[in-house]
Amino acid sequence: MRRTARDTEESARTITRRGILLGGTMLATSVALGLRMRYMQVDQADQFRLLAEENRINIRLIPPARGQIFDRNGVVIAGNEQVYRIVIVREDARDVPAVIENLRKIVALDDAELERALKEMERRSPFVPVTIAERVSWEAISAVAVNAPALPGITPEVGLSRVYPLGPDFAHVTGYVGPVSDYDLERTDDNDPLLQIPRFQIGKIGVEARLEKLLRGRAGSKRIEVNAAGRVMRELDRQEGEAGADVQLTVDARLQNFVLARLGEESAAVVVMDVATGDLLSITSAPAFDPNLFVRGISVADYKALTENDHRPLADKTVQGAYPPGSTFKMVVALAALEAGLVTADTTFSCRGFLEVSGRRFHCWSRGGHGRVDLHKSLVESCDVYYYELAQRVGIDGISAMAHRLGLGERYDLPLSAVAEGLVPTRAWKRERRGEEWLVGDSLNAAIGQGFVLSTPLQLAVMSARLATGRAVVPRLVKSIDGVEQPRPEFPPLGFSENNLRLIRRAMFSASNDRRGTAYGSRIVEQGRRMAGKTGTSQVRNITAAERARGVFRNEDLPWHRRDHALFVAFAPEDVPQIAVSVVVEHGGGGAAAAAPIARDVVLQALYGGLPPLSAYPESQRARIRAMQEELPLREPAAAARGATRA
Amino acid sequence: MSYLEYSVKRVPTGPRKILHLNWALVLLLIAVASTGFLMLYSVAGGDISRWAEPQMKRFAVGLVLMFAVAFVPIWFWRNMAALAYGISLLLLVAVEFVGDIGMGAQRWIDLGVIRLQPSELMKITLVMLLAAYYDWLDIRKTSHPLYVLLPALLILLPTALVLKQPDLGTSILLLMGGAAVMFAAGVHWAYFATVFAAGVGLVSAVMASRGKPWQLLEDYQYRRIDTFLDPGSDPLGAGYHITQAQIALGSGGWAGRGFMQGTQSRPIFLPEKHTDFIFTTLAEEFGFVGAFSLLVLYVLIIGFCVASAVSNKDRFASLLTLGIAVAFFLYFAINMAMVMGLAPVVGVPLPLVSYGGSAMLVLMVAFGLVQSAHIHRPR
Repeated sequence: MRRTARDTEESARTITRRGILLGGTMLATSVALGLRMRYMQVDQADQFRLLAEENRINIRLIPPARGQIFDRNGVVIAGNEQVYRIVIVREDARDVPAVIENLRKIVALDDAELERALKEMERRSPFVPVTIAERVSWEAISAVAVNAPALPGITPEVGLSRVYPLGPDFAHVTGYVGPVSDYDLERTDDNDPLLQIPRFQIGKIGVEARLEKLLRGRAGSKRIEVNAAGRVMRELDRQEGEAGADVQLTVDARLQNFVLARLGEESAAVVVMDVATGDLLSITSAPAFDPNLFVRGISVADYKALTENDHRPLADKTVQGAYPPGSTFKMVVALAALEAGLVTADTTFSCRGFLEVSGRRFHCWSRGGHGRVDLHKSLVESCDVYYYELAQRVGIDGISAMAHRLGLGERYDLPLSAVAEGLVPTRAWKRERRGEEWLVGDSLNAAIGQGFVLSTPLQLAVMSARLATGRAVVPRLVKSIDGVEQPRPEFPPLGFSENNLRLIRRAMFSASNDRRGTAYGSRIVEQGRRMAGKTGTSQVRNITAAERARGVFRNEDLPWHRRDHALFVAFAPEDVPQIAVSVVVEHGGGGAAAAAPIARDVVLQALYGGLPPLSAYPESQRARIRAMQEELPLREPAAAARGATRA
Repeated sequence: MSYLEYSVKRVPTGPRKILHLNWALVLLLIAVASTGFLMLYSVAGGDISRWAEPQMKRFAVGLVLMFAVAFVPIWFWRNMAALAYGISLLLLVAVEFVGDIGMGAQRWIDLGVIRLQPSELMKITLVMLLAAYYDWLDIRKTSHPLYVLLPALLILLPTALVLKQPDLGTSILLLMGGAAVMFAAGVHWAYFATVFAAGVGLVSAVMASRGKPWQLLEDYQYRRIDTFLDPGSDPLGAGYHITQAQIALGSGGWAGRGFMQGTQSRPIFLPEKHTDFIFTTLAEEFGFVGAFSLLVLYVLIIGFCVASAVSNKDRFASLLTLGIAVAFFLYFAINMAMVMGLAPVVGVPLPLVSYGGSAMLVLMVAFGLVQSAHIHRPR
């Protein structure tokens, strides 16, 4: 509204007056604030600084004890041990080099470790304790305690560190822990404050890594008052953390130890499974390594030795290794043909040692041929031509569907690192990945487990278990968590005709027990413990026509890495199956010679729950077996098995 | 004088407005905000991306907003005052129903792009509306009881809503900011004296209501008052913040421990270190010199605002500028007093320094209004 000039002027004057008054009040208050600041920061600074330095309240995290890992009988696979270490607080040490020089006179310090510690000190706040020596002996710790006055800022500490009492036995299963690295921190979205603790151990691979959240537990914290020397004056309050959950695996430490010892120098993988529950009793990859080396910080030389070894000790071949399954794949093809009604037990084909398909010769392993072959004979004697015939009738898509039903080409959800899916090829797969059409020859190769087909030892064990039970058995590795038994699903039947399954099982039994069977040499004679199994030998190279003409493909004459892989899959006892086994010996030569004997020993060990009596073996072999048993570097049962009664 | 009474032809137009900006004020704001970035970088332990970077982005947005608001003629803003107040009030009511819970109080409203604190918005729109009101009101009626009751209600309504959230700090800010505009407009002394007396009575009532069924404040607010009166009574519980804040501040000494060298204002001691207690970090790391310099920067900002207000002949413009100056002053004065143990911990951020989105943006808009009033002042 329009105002009179007098009003306007009056109002402007009021605002000016009151505005200045307000401004003055604000200025006065600010001056008061400034004075208070001066009082606190200048006049009383010493007192506050004393408060800050002398009675500093610190919060320290209490790392929880990592959950232990047990085998199915309660044997400790991964535990914790007390370790002593020496930590330094930069701020309290003041002259760090001098203090370290003094310390060096008492304790041997590792130069590399020291350098790392000095770098870490620069990065962290001056009051954060930094470890300068780890795994120090009790004597050294006492010496440090006695000389405390000469070592300001140095404190001995006791902590827990991971230990794997069984050494290499479960290296691939448990994996190992190691100090948190910057790389780990970058990769994870985990913001657990524990990860900020220098040298805090977290799982790097295997169960340790996959079940990290469970095993780690929750940090506790304590609020402590420390004095100027960094000494803890008193604990103000404490929140207990939560120890990590104990995990019990389905594996049997004693069996695992036997398997690893039995594999010896081989590069091999063995999986033993309970066919009723899917429990993995042993899952062994050889050669193994000592996970304790990694916990302590592996030396460059040791690590180099592991990575450069052509037997690849770091790889877990049981789940990561994908191999052409060779003749062990024949059960898949046979069952596919039976189920599709394309053949019966009486259908026969004639084997002349090769089959010509679209102008190419596909050879049988037996150059002379098998004559007339029915399904039983085809598995017992492992005739290839029979399967070339089947492949043309069933087709690759029928074969691969059956392979999936039997558990091949599937990735199982186990807490292990890099579990491989293997490969069960189809027409669509080849078109997509290779841009080529599927050829009839591809089917023929696939039918004998060569060509594109790849399976892991774990998948082969699942296949055996499914053949033995006719149910969709799924492997399981975790038995219980913190004493709580993990659910054991009822496996649904796969819907195969019982007759067809019986045909396959009988053929597998004959393959390992008939005089003409490929694995006859590895039979078990003990009634009620006999096994049914199938050999497999898969080529890792192409046999040229010239080689075939010369007849030279004796494995012994080839360099190791070009020899065939030896495979064997089995279940036992053949009448009431309890366990399924798969054995893959990399470049081991023939399945019958290299893999089947191992499978037999493993089966007997598993069924007897210890070294089997010689009476289980054929009489002619007993002397040799006895010698082998005596030489096996087994761990003392007393040390391994604490209360080792089978659950 | 009101804008109806002078020729707008003499007000700068177009790009020439840039020349008439109060550039000293802009530089002061940048200086204060930069101090904030530095402190946020330090409390994050040298991590720029945690707090400093988002804060910088917000400040950049704030600067753009400020210029945008500044170049719009002040009379436009006066005409918007009632609308702006109405929207803020609606939003305040809305947070009652849809607001997110942040720090134990219903304060946020999620607009998708930003999370808005309507109570922050209200601080400015309340001042705008009151200034517009007194611009409109017949000057001789300024102290008429009926025309005093109306603005009092305009203040109390949002104050009550904010108090209910519950946000004690902001409600005090609203109350005092609004009262300051009324005072500047020339409302008679006697009213303020009466309200002050009533206030003392209310405080007594609040304290007396404790533990009774009609308890007026939340338990945590009573505890904060308790610990304000005697921080030593509970050094590990509620008084912990105050004790630690004072130790941090005091131990800074004359020149401080040095950038990033603070030990007391680290996360483990003060959980709200990047928001309400950031001043302790500054005081610890840069000592009295640093803390006092920040205070001087703030006082200079207030000084420029008051000078601009007093010299502006337009009633709306000068009341608005004064109101914003007082609101800004209350922010830092209450925050500093709180940290230094002179006021209870009520949860007021350090303006332009504490980490936080809506407070920063609203303040920049407010300074945009101050600039607009400055540019478009009658000549």
